[in-house]
Amino acid sequence: MIKYVLQRILYMFFVFMIIMFMSFVLIRMLPLPALAPNDPHTEILEIRREALGYNKPYLEQFWIFIKGIVTKWDWGTSEKLYIGRDVWSVFMEKLPATMIVNLYSILWTIPVGIALGVWAALKKNTWVDYTISTLTMVVISVPSFVYAFIIQYLLCFKLRWFPFVMKAGTDYFSWAMFKSIIPPILALSFGVIAGFCRTTRAELTEVLTSEFMLLARTKGLTKTQATVRHALRNCFVVVVPGIFGEFIGIIGGSLIIENIFSIPGVGGLTLAAITNLDYNIFMLSTCFYTAIGLAAGLVVDISYGFIDPRIRMGSKK
Amino acid sequence: MEYEKIPAEKFRFVQENEKLHDTELQTKARGFFADAMIRFSKNKSSVIATWILLGLMLFSILSPIISSYSIWERDRIYLNYEPYVPSIAKKGLGFLDGARTFSNQNEASMNYWKGIAQETGLDPVIRQVNQYAYTVKERGKEVTKYSYDLEVNNYYALGILYRTLTYEEYEKIQNWQNETGIQVIFPYVEQKDINGITDKPNIWYAVDSKGAAKPDKEGNLVPVYSTRQEIAGPEYHSIRIPSDPGNYIYAYQKSGSLQCRILYYNYYIYMNGHEPSYIFGTNSGGQDIFCGIGVGARFSILFAILVSAINLTIGAFYGAVEGYYGGWVDMLLERISDILSGVPFVVVTTLFQLHLAKKVGIVPSFLFAFVLTGWIGMAALTRRQFYRFKGQEFILAARTLGASDKRLMFKHIFPNGIGSIITSCALVIPGVISSETSMTYLGIVDLSSFAGTTIGTLLSQGNAVVTTAPHAVLFPSIFLGLLMICFNLFGNGLRDAFNPTTRGIDD
Repeated sequence: MIKYVLQRILYMFFVFMIIMFMSFVLIRMLPLPALAPNDPHTEILEIRREALGYNKPYLEQFWIFIKGIVTKWDWGTSEKLYIGRDVWSVFMEKLPATMIVNLYSILWTIPVGIALGVWAALKKNTWVDYTISTLTMVVISVPSFVYAFIIQYLLCFKLRWFPFVMKAGTDYFSWAMFKSIIPPILALSFGVIAGFCRTTRAELTEVLTSEFMLLARTKGLTKTQATVRHALRNCFVVVVPGIFGEFIGIIGGSLIIENIFSIPGVGGLTLAAITNLDYNIFMLSTCFYTAIGLAAGLVVDISYGFIDPRIRMGSKK
Repeated sequence: MEYEKIPAEKFRFVQENEKLHDTELQTKARGFFADAMIRFSKNKSSVIATWILLGLMLFSILSPIISSYSIWERDRIYLNYEPYVPSIAKKGLGFLDGARTFSNQNEASMNYWKGIAQETGLDPVIRQVNQYAYTVKERGKEVTKYSYDLEVNNYYALGILYRTLTYEEYEKIQNWQNETGIQVIFPYVEQKDINGITDKPNIWYAVDSKGAAKPDKEGNLVPVYSTRQEIAGPEYHSIRIPSDPGNYIYAYQKSGSLQCRILYYNYYIYMNGHEPSYIFGTNSGGQDIFCGIGVGARFSILFAILVSAINLTIGAFYGAVEGYYGGWVDMLLERISDILSGVPFVVVTTLFQLHLAKKVGIVPSFLFAFVLTGWIGMAALTRRQFYRFKGQEFILAARTLGASDKRLMFKHIFPNGIGSIITSCALVIPGVISSETSMTYLGIVDLSSFAGTTIGTLLSQGNAVVTTAPHAVLFPSIFLGLLMICFNLFGNGLRDAFNPTTRGIDD
C-alpha cells in the first residue's frame, strides 16, 4: 500500500512539473509588458528581469525559476498589480478569504447532501424520492452563478438581510464577517448538496438491492440495523473519497462566485492578473490550481484504497 | 463413386416431411436505434424537456428576426431600461410597461413628474404603490405632508434632453413634425430663468435653487420659457405647444449650431421610425436583450455542438487506439492525456487567448482551448469499451477470418460501444455551454465583436446593475437555466434509452 501511495505521489509530481514547464514556457513566450518609464520600481524590475534571465533560452530560465523556488521560495515579483511585491506573499494574503467561504459551505453541505441522499434512497419510488431527485437534477443542471444572482437580488437587495459584498478586513471569524459571507456560502452550497445527494442515492439504492442485505435481514437484523451497519458502510466507499476531494477543492474556490460577491480571494487575484497581464501572479495561480486539481485526484485515488478493504487487498497482489 | 459430380436432383431435404421448430421469427426485427427511440419516448420528462429544448432553439433562431432591432444597434440613451411594448403598455395590464419603482417621492418630485406630463403629454406615472403621511413643522405650525411610492414609466420619465442640432437637422425635424404631427422640439428654457440648473432639462417652470417647483397660488406650475427672439436662430415654423402665445423660442443659437430641448421619446420615433419596444428591456450597452439572448444562445448552441463533434471524433479515435493496441502504446497515450487533463481550463483558455487571438481570431482560439482538454473524457470512455470487447470471442472469430486491425476496431468493436458513446455526447453539450458562459461572464474571452453578444456577457452586464435594473440579469438567467435543465434531462433520457441493461425491464 505504501509503495502504491509513494508511486502515485511521485507520478503526480512528475505530471505537475511537466505542466509547470509547459505553462512557464508559454507565459514567458508572451511579449513582456512595458514598464512605466518614470516609476522608481522600473529600474529594479529591469534588473530583476535581467537576473531571471529573460533573454536566455527557456530551459535556462526555467532552471533559474525552479532554483529560486527551491532555495528561496521565490515565486517572482508582481510587475503590474502590486508593483515590486513578492507574489507569494500577495497570494497568501488572498488565500484565507477563499478558504473561509468554501470551508463554511462544505461543513454544512456535505451532511445535508448525504442525509437527503439517504432519505431519497430509503423512500425509493415515493414522492419524497421523486421530489428530491427532481430538485437534485435541476440544481445540478443550472450553473451556480444563476443562484448567486437570485440570492444576491432577493436576500441582499430586496430583503436586505445580508450585505451586498463580502466585508473588507481580515477578521475572518467575527460575526459581521460571517454574516457578509452567508450569500456566497449559499450560492456555493446548492451544487455541493445536489452532488452528494445524487451520489449517495445512486450508491445506496444499489447496495440496498444487493443480496447481503437480504442475508442481513434473514439473520434477524432490523431494517435500521441492516441499513446502518451494512448498507451505509458500503455506500460510503464511494461517497467518502468524494468528501476528501471536496476538502482539497475548497482552497481552489470558485472564480465566478468570488467575482459576483467581491470576495478578495485567489480567484479575484487570478482574474485581475489575467486582465492586467501580471504574468508572475498568473504563473503562481496556474501552479496553484494545477496542484489542487492533481492533489484532489490523488487523495480520492488513495482514499479508495484505505476505505475499501477489497481494493486494499487487491493492490497487494 | 465420384463425390464431386453428384447431380443436383439427387439431393433432398433430410426433414422434408417433418415440422421445423426453428422457423424464422415472424415479428419484424427492431433495430438498435429504433429500440432506443421507443424507450426514449416512454420517458415523459425527457420528452417534455426535448420539446422545451426545441422551443428554446426556435426562440434563438426567431428572436433576432422578430425583434425590431439587430444586435449591432445600440441606443445611447435607453440603457438598462425596463421591458416595454407600447401597445401592451397602453392597455395597463401591469407588465411590459417600462415600469421602474421610485420610492419616497415627496412633493417636489411629484411636481417634477407633473411637469413632464404637462409639457410632453406623456404621463410617466403609471400607478401609486404606497402613500405615506408625515408631519413637518412649517412656520411654527404642524403640517401633514405626503410621500409616495410610484411606478413610473421609465421611457416617459426620461422626458426632455438637450441636444445640439445642425441647421439642416433642425429644418428636417420641423418638416417631419409638420408631416406626422408628433412634436420633438420643445420651447427653449434659459438657465438663468431656472436658477442656473443645468442637469435637469425637464424643468420649464419657476423653481427654487434646489430645483423644486415654485407653483402659483392655485398650485399650477409657472412657465418660464424664453422669449428672447435675438438668440433664437432660424425661424420656427412647426408645431408649438398649446400654451404658447406665439413668442416662445425653440432653439438657442450657439457657435454655428443650435441647442434644443428635444423630447427623446419622439426623437426616437423620428430616428427609428417606430416607438421604442423592448420585450425584455435593454442592457447597459443599449442593446435589445430579447434579441441578445437569441443571438447569444444561437452562438452558444452552435459552438457547443461544434466543440462536441470535434472532441468526440478525436476522443473516439484516441481511445480506440489506446484500447485496441494496449501495452506501451496505451501507457504512453494515457500519460499524455493525464498531463493535459491536469491543466486547469481557465489557464488553457487564457493562454490560448493571449497567444492565438491576434493570429487566428478569438473564436478559433477559444475553440482550441476546448478541444485541447475536452476529448479526454471521451477517450477514456472509448478505451474502456475497447478493453471490454476486444477479448471476446466474436473478435477472435473475426480476426481468424482475416479482418484487419482497422476493420476490427471500427466494424466490430466500435459499434458495440456506440450506445454509451452517444449518451456522453448529449451530456457534453450542456457542459460546453456552461464553461463557455462562465468564460465570457468573467471576461476572459470577449466574443461581443464576433457574435454581437453572448449569454455570459449579458449576465455580467446585468449583474453590474442588479439593484436598479434586475430585468437585465433575470431574463438571460432564466433562459440559461432552462436551457441547461432541458439539455441535461434530454441527455439523461438518451442515456437510459441507450443503456442496454435497462432494456426489457419496462416492456
